[in-house]
Amino acid sequence: MDTKAGDLDAPHSMGTTIIGVTYNGGVVLGADSRTSTGMYVANRASDKITQLTDNVYLCRSGSAADSQIVSDYVRYFLHQHTIQLGQPATVKVAANLVRLLSYNNKNMLQTGLIIGGWDKYEGGKIFGIPLGGTILELPFAIGGSGSSYLYGFFDQVWKEGMTREEAEQLVVKAVSLAIARDGASGGVVRTVTINSEGVTRKFYPGDTLPLWHEELEPQNSLLDILSAPSPDPMVS
Amino acid sequence: MSTAAIEMPPKGGFSFDLCKRNKMLAAKGLKQPSFLKTGTTIVGLIFKDGVILGADTRATAGPIVADKNCEKIHYMAPNIYCCGAGTAADTEAVTDMVSSQLKLHRYHTGRESRVVTALSLLKSHLFSYQGHVSAALVLGGVDVTGPHLHTIYPHGSTDTLPYATMGSGSLAAMAVFESKYREGLSRDEGVNLVAEAICSGIFNDLGSGSNVDICVITQGNQEYLRNHLLPNPRTYISEKGYSFSKKTEVLLTKITPLREMVDVIEGGDAMEE
Repeated sequence: MDTKAGDLDAPHSMGTTIIGVTYNGGVVLGADSRTSTGMYVANRASDKITQLTDNVYLCRSGSAADSQIVSDYVRYFLHQHTIQLGQPATVKVAANLVRLLSYNNKNMLQTGLIIGGWDKYEGGKIFGIPLGGTILELPFAIGGSGSSYLYGFFDQVWKEGMTREEAEQLVVKAVSLAIARDGASGGVVRTVTINSEGVTRKFYPGDTLPLWHEELEPQNSLLDILSAPSPDPMVS
Repeated sequence: MSTAAIEMPPKGGFSFDLCKRNKMLAAKGLKQPSFLKTGTTIVGLIFKDGVILGADTRATAGPIVADKNCEKIHYMAPNIYCCGAGTAADTEAVTDMVSSQLKLHRYHTGRESRVVTALSLLKSHLFSYQGHVSAALVLGGVDVTGPHLHTIYPHGSTDTLPYATMGSGSLAAMAVFESKYREGLSRDEGVNLVAEAICSGIFNDLGSGSNVDICVITQGNQEYLRNHLLPNPRTYISEKGYSFSKKTEVLLTKITPLREMVDVIEGGDAMEE
């Protein structure tokens, strides 16, 4: 196969930006929607926030195959655990199961995950499980290739005890900033909010996101841009 | 502690014993045999009443076209079909294997197969071979829960999409889909769009060519349109026919189809001991 068309034989990986944030009463998980094989976008509208139980969700990044298999196994184990326990599983247990799979198979898996959920004992919790299988309980977590561009942003903007609206807006703003700068992130922004009342999924198409530095308005045709006068040549 | 090993039945799966020796031979300059790949353009889309799958029909072995009219749309179940790109042997084997597993499952459960069942079986098989089974598939079908379309990559990851393309011609075909796809297409609109996407792959991708195969699956019904379009007819046929070198003695140039030699007995006696 011609490698000029991008390496279509490359493993399916999710360049990705994933975020998990706690707020006063629950958690908000957010992700972009781009899955790439080499330089080709294999799926521009993928859903990287997968359900593990009614109250626990998982954000996936890294190798698409590895993260899908891990989430399928954990969903299965959690289902059994819920039956045996007789009540909904806690976020801590879900995160621990993910960590055990990630750590014990660290040589074969390449996936960074963020678990977020709500249970009646501890409330809203976020756990980050990067490559290698460390488990970190955090007030907020970021992951994926796009997260590199967000560390400074979160250092400045993060505060404890936000309201639900503040948290959701923070997540959407952060993902859209990462999409603007990271080539491997793109598409739409998906968020999942989990609290005592349940789960709400939201979807933000690309044209509803704010425009950042030097980003152009979405156009229907290149001709609309070309007809505009060309910008002034750079003068020192 | 004895070194005489008990003869264990082979566990199956890949044996990587020859990898080192192959590497050494390749370094010495030996050309590895190329395997038959389906360069391929395969597509699928969901329309108003179900799913339409499409594929080209060229199979390549390196730069040579090995089969000008191969079948890339494989049967999985009466209501599920699967297009395959990648190594031809791998796609054939994996779809045959899962098709048999689905049939056994139907006997066990007494129900029509679901697309997600086929998806899980394919996904777990491909993942356990870590991408060495080079099969990229577009799986589509209609079951009790509705129409479904999935793509499956060689490493075992899957996507669920309303329209999908795979193979070396996927970029050309996706360009057609992205500009013309809408939800709720009618059957004819869908078939035309799929044919257009495959033609785009056939004419713009070197690994795809020949004819267009289409399969339309709806609730309780499927239509396999083999060679729906033949946009590459053989336009010149030499009148001289085959010419043999002077030393060849041509005995007979008649081709007798084997079917003519078989006598079919209607009725006949039942088998007796």
